[in-house]
Amino acid sequence: MKGLTPIVKKIAQLMCGMIFIYGIYIVVHGHLTPGGAFAGGIILAGAFILLILAFGSEVIKLRKEESGSSVSESLSLLVTLILASTGLLIGSKVFFKNFLPPGQIGQLVSAGAIPLYNILIGIEVAAAIITIFLALIIFKEEEEQR
Amino acid sequence: MTHLVPLYVILPLATAFLIPVIGRMVKGFQKTLFSAVLLFLTVLTFYILFSGVDQPVAYKIGGWEPVAGVPIAIYLVMDGLSALVLLIISLIGFLAGFYAISYIKRYTAENNFYALLALMIAGMNGVVLTGDMFNLYVFLEIAVIASYALVAFGIERTELEASFKYQVLGGVASLLILLGVAMLYWKTQTLNMAHISQVLAQSENNAFLTFTQILLISGFGLKAAMIPFHAWLPDAHSSAPAPISAMLSGVLIKAVGVYALLRLFFNMFAIDFQISLVITAIGTLSMVIGVLLAIGQWDLKRLLAYHSISQMGYVVIGVGMGMILLVEGGDRSVASLAIAGGLFHLINHAVFKGLLFLNAGAIEHVTGTRNLKMMGGLFKTLPVTSTTSLGASLSISGIPPFNGFFSKLIIIVAAIQGEFYLLAALAVVVSIITLASFMKFQRYAFFDQPKFSKKIREVPFTMRFSMIVLVILCLGLSLLIFPGVREIILSPAVDVLMETTNYATTTLTGM
Amino acid sequence: MIIYFMCFILFLVGLYGMVTRRNLIKIVISFTIMEFSIFLFFALIGYIDQGYAPILSQNVPEQATFVDPLPQAMVLTAIVIGLATSAMLLAIAIRLYKKYGTFNIRKINNLRG
Repeated sequence: MKGLTPIVKKIAQLMCGMIFIYGIYIVVHGHLTPGGAFAGGIILAGAFILLILAFGSEVIKLRKEESGSSVSESLSLLVTLILASTGLLIGSKVFFKNFLPPGQIGQLVSAGAIPLYNILIGIEVAAAIITIFLALIIFKEEEEQR
Repeated sequence: MTHLVPLYVILPLATAFLIPVIGRMVKGFQKTLFSAVLLFLTVLTFYILFSGVDQPVAYKIGGWEPVAGVPIAIYLVMDGLSALVLLIISLIGFLAGFYAISYIKRYTAENNFYALLALMIAGMNGVVLTGDMFNLYVFLEIAVIASYALVAFGIERTELEASFKYQVLGGVASLLILLGVAMLYWKTQTLNMAHISQVLAQSENNAFLTFTQILLISGFGLKAAMIPFHAWLPDAHSSAPAPISAMLSGVLIKAVGVYALLRLFFNMFAIDFQISLVITAIGTLSMVIGVLLAIGQWDLKRLLAYHSISQMGYVVIGVGMGMILLVEGGDRSVASLAIAGGLFHLINHAVFKGLLFLNAGAIEHVTGTRNLKMMGGLFKTLPVTSTTSLGASLSISGIPPFNGFFSKLIIIVAAIQGEFYLLAALAVVVSIITLASFMKFQRYAFFDQPKFSKKIREVPFTMRFSMIVLVILCLGLSLLIFPGVREIILSPAVDVLMETTNYATTTLTGM
Repeated sequence: MIIYFMCFILFLVGLYGMVTRRNLIKIVISFTIMEFSIFLFFALIGYIDQGYAPILSQNVPEQATFVDPLPQAMVLTAIVIGLATSAMLLAIAIRLYKKYGTFNIRKINNLRG
């Protein structure tokens, strides 16, 4: 896939950092403000997609990235499951037990394990969206090469 | 036992996510892990069944206790009916996965196959266990989205087309169910099935409720491929890889279709005469029209798929007759007999239809065709496949001593005792047509003149193993007519459906 | 009350599109319209006139009524599921285009009977 013009490249370069940080903000504040893991994850994926669209890439590189993103998707879900099963394995024998201390309302570090779930699901959503996007792009690229 | 309940969801999900990570590094990991997990779940289900499931066991996710009598946690409810369907899911899932070890070598993406299969099983286990309406929808979507991908697994023309058709109709069904859930939440301000049941018991029956019930019947009827909604089933079930066809036909339409219908209309809504009539009517239609559509088929898997519709009709009329008798205050023992017949046929259908699809896969594996006219004389070259498929054919057509005979017999006896003479006559006629149809299959596939010039060898060990286990089950399940065996496996499930309000009260107050 | 019927009309619009259109992509779009009509309905169920957003903060008076947060959570979950369904449908549609060279559903008819 070819890249776009230098203007687009420069602006994408400038923007994507900010978009990325905004996505992280939305994800980690998921338990305090509207938004949360799904919305933040989509924004995170948007930053990557912007870069890929602006700069273009080789099919081989895209393949590599796709396998990487699908692995990180599975890994983050696995960690979520382990976190959820921790309550089942230790002590109370309750699945999805929120075993961490709740903390103070309104603080960034509060609500027990919910911010951890938010971060993991944020990574999962971002990786999943990137995987879908890359799969479609790779499909199209292979089509054009023939 | 209580804390073992979430394992049914955790283990298949963990399998599905471990396979893409480790499976690409370790060869053979996916098959080993999948088979081990499913075998463990099967053993666990037997353990739960033998330790007794008289009362529903409610497991609160997150440990949230009810506030002022209103349940706020998502409940996982394990009772006799759930345990029965879980047994079918784990058993057929294990055998289909084991069969696939050899079968799936022709495709490239083995990791994806096993991951999707594990995801589908996780979704179905969730549907069967959950006690929460919205959670039911979520698990249902997990199961069916995995099945969409699995139907299209071959990525050839027919597979893709069947998958698209299946997705559009399945998507509409999911939307109807979602709308039904929304309506229920609007009406009752709760999502817990037991609590919904209690809230609905206090309000009077009105048009609003009827609309919701119609939405849910059409949604789950589409998922179960009952006859006005059957268009997707023959395409999807015949295009999928053989182990997946066995899973779809043997398990998926039961777990997300018939099981959900039974659970909602027996235990959640107060049982209602009109609804029971509707259910019996669509069951009768499915039974008769399904078999009529099957007659003209020459594609082996399409023929089996149409028979799936017809056989699910038996299950639904069995249960529907029981429902009518319960509502009308008829003889409770006859109602119990009818429901037992329906549920018995549910297990039997999972076993023999799973086996038949595995046979079809074996035939396709060695000959490369599904067209009955192109086969012939396979009896000498494929002894295991032909013997097992003979067993399954006799079972589906209701020939003693195979299990299909006994469940059909129970349904017909119950129909006569409950004075549904027309239904009894139709059940007998449909059974005879089924026999004729399977005679055709046997004759053209195995006993005709050989039409193959190339050398054909019997299928590999894992495929033979699954088929032999299933044909033994076909014979062994006949034991369920004896009271001692029936009380362990079948009776708890029948009790759940007979004591319709027991589910709500014990789920909310007990454990 | 009229607003609830608007959701239902939107649902019917989607259904009409799905039944009458021949283009695979348009079918997917119609499907999404149906999906979103139900999400809209869900969000309306939880709505309470003059209700506050269900967030704990200092700016809300003591005796405030909050809108019901549960349907909102359910809509979010349903949107995620809808994303998966749409992605799956589009992926299959693109594959079909590769095999048949057309999006017209009348020309994609290997399966009959």
